[in-house]
Amino acid sequence: MSPQADSLAALQQAFSAALRDAAQPVPAPIAVGAEGPAARGFDVYRNNVAVSLIEALEAAFPVVLRLVGADFFKATARAYIAEEPPRSPVLLLYGRGFGDFLETFPPAAGVPYLGDMARLEWAQLYAYHASDAAPLEIDCLSAVPPAELGSLCFVLHPSLHLIRSRWPVVSLWAASGGAADETDIDMKSGQEAAVIRPALKVETRLLPPGGHDFIADLMEGATLGAAAERAVERDPAFDLAVHLQGLFEIGAVTALLPSGPDTQTLQ
Amino acid sequence: MARSSTIPARAGVGLKAQHYEAVLDGRPDLGWFEVHAENYMGAGGPPHHYLTRIRRDYPLSLHGVGLSIGGAAPLDEAHLARFKDLAERYEPGLVSEHLAWSTHNDIYFNDLLPLPYTNETVVRVSDHLERMQDVVGHRVLLENPSTYVTFRESTMSEIDFLKAVVKLSGCGLLLDVNNVMVSATNQGTAPEAYIDSFPLEHVGEIHLGGHAREDDDQGNTLLIDAHDRAVDDAVWRLYDRSLARGGAKPTLIEWDNDLPDWETLYSEARAAEQLLEVRKISGRVPPLAKRRRAHVAAG
Repeated sequence: MSPQADSLAALQQAFSAALRDAAQPVPAPIAVGAEGPAARGFDVYRNNVAVSLIEALEAAFPVVLRLVGADFFKATARAYIAEEPPRSPVLLLYGRGFGDFLETFPPAAGVPYLGDMARLEWAQLYAYHASDAAPLEIDCLSAVPPAELGSLCFVLHPSLHLIRSRWPVVSLWAASGGAADETDIDMKSGQEAAVIRPALKVETRLLPPGGHDFIADLMEGATLGAAAERAVERDPAFDLAVHLQGLFEIGAVTALLPSGPDTQTLQ
Repeated sequence: MARSSTIPARAGVGLKAQHYEAVLDGRPDLGWFEVHAENYMGAGGPPHHYLTRIRRDYPLSLHGVGLSIGGAAPLDEAHLARFKDLAERYEPGLVSEHLAWSTHNDIYFNDLLPLPYTNETVVRVSDHLERMQDVVGHRVLLENPSTYVTFRESTMSEIDFLKAVVKLSGCGLLLDVNNVMVSATNQGTAPEAYIDSFPLEHVGEIHLGGHAREDDDQGNTLLIDAHDRAVDDAVWRLYDRSLARGGAKPTLIEWDNDLPDWETLYSEARAAEQLLEVRKISGRVPPLAKRRRAHVAAG
């Protein structure tokens, strides 16, 4: 690398370090501007970087924002951005780790379900931008000989994302938009949900007991037979017909793979 | 399906998700749309659904905001590949990026950061533009930045810098008239002089947008490229000044924050069209040839 290349790299190193740390002085190569002290101009960049990323998180996590309020959200977002700055110029899915961050961020400890709420909202964001695929109707199973049903594998929708919370996070999410009454929510009961975008609209569906693990097994490539067997081991009352019906109803199945073991790697 | 790629010397609008339905329902009389490339780099979903439909009826310009053309490090090849895929999918009539950097040590700052104007930066920016043009398969228009600081080590003016990059890389230019107003005000220079010495023969597109104004208690004015309001009167005058000398060019209304309803945005585009109409009689439109550098080199 030439000395000049080093000098551009060095300038950008100093500039980025000062962008990330407001306590650092304005980088020396910056001339004093006509608009006043150089710090005033440099602060525009500092502000642009911070505000644009905070706004990206506000857009991605509207319910977390509503729950904690604008000022708290901004301060929290700043801390998150400092810890996990974007590593890609594509910001569409920025904030994947926001839920985990909230769980370990002491000022947020007063709202214990905040981390799960952020994970739910990120799953919705993920589903929004995921690949498109056309769901199958449950009728497609009638074309499969009954003896082969057990060895069938399902290709599930690329937008499908499972949520499990010890809190009624889906009900709280729905209530925050005014769609449900918050006073009816039993704060002692956890919830499991599937987030999916079968067509244009992202849907968040509560799952019946056992549904999360059953679908998770299918997502990992288990055959229908193996997934059902494991579900019954977990809970003898597991009703395969009900869960299969639900799976197709939410548009989660996009293809059938006839024989299990050989095709498990197809995803 | 016949769809035109060529961007006419008319007004266009920066397409926002909030206006998808209004555009599809109303099919407004408008020359073209522009999108930020990075907003369409998701795998699927509504953004691609709507853009595909709108692209059937309008030419499209692809405006990159994240390639970090002025970065000291080599371009992000994975990002370039995404850009290329997008260009192949939507067949844009224009492709543009910024004279700025935005990534350092793999951290993306989501802002257009300023560069010192030196010979070495000319070479670096030109190398990156050549790489982008090779991969994407289009001539790239490079946009003049809004700046809030300058660098002691700069050895040439921004305009001389841009001319040198055009010569070295074969790129074209995107003249952002609002950026001219913002930078000139912030540096205490005359925006008219900048417009008058800009190499308009290389300009394939013009941007117009709104800026915010901040006056400190010493009476110093700082303009900020906020894209959050209507185009300022002074920017309209500078725009008309550029049209008078360079003729009609495809002109984009940029409004990215505090979005207005579609009608308000459309009326800004109509205002640009009125100024363009007058200049079309004398103006010349530069050819917007698709570059195929690999073929040229092979031949």
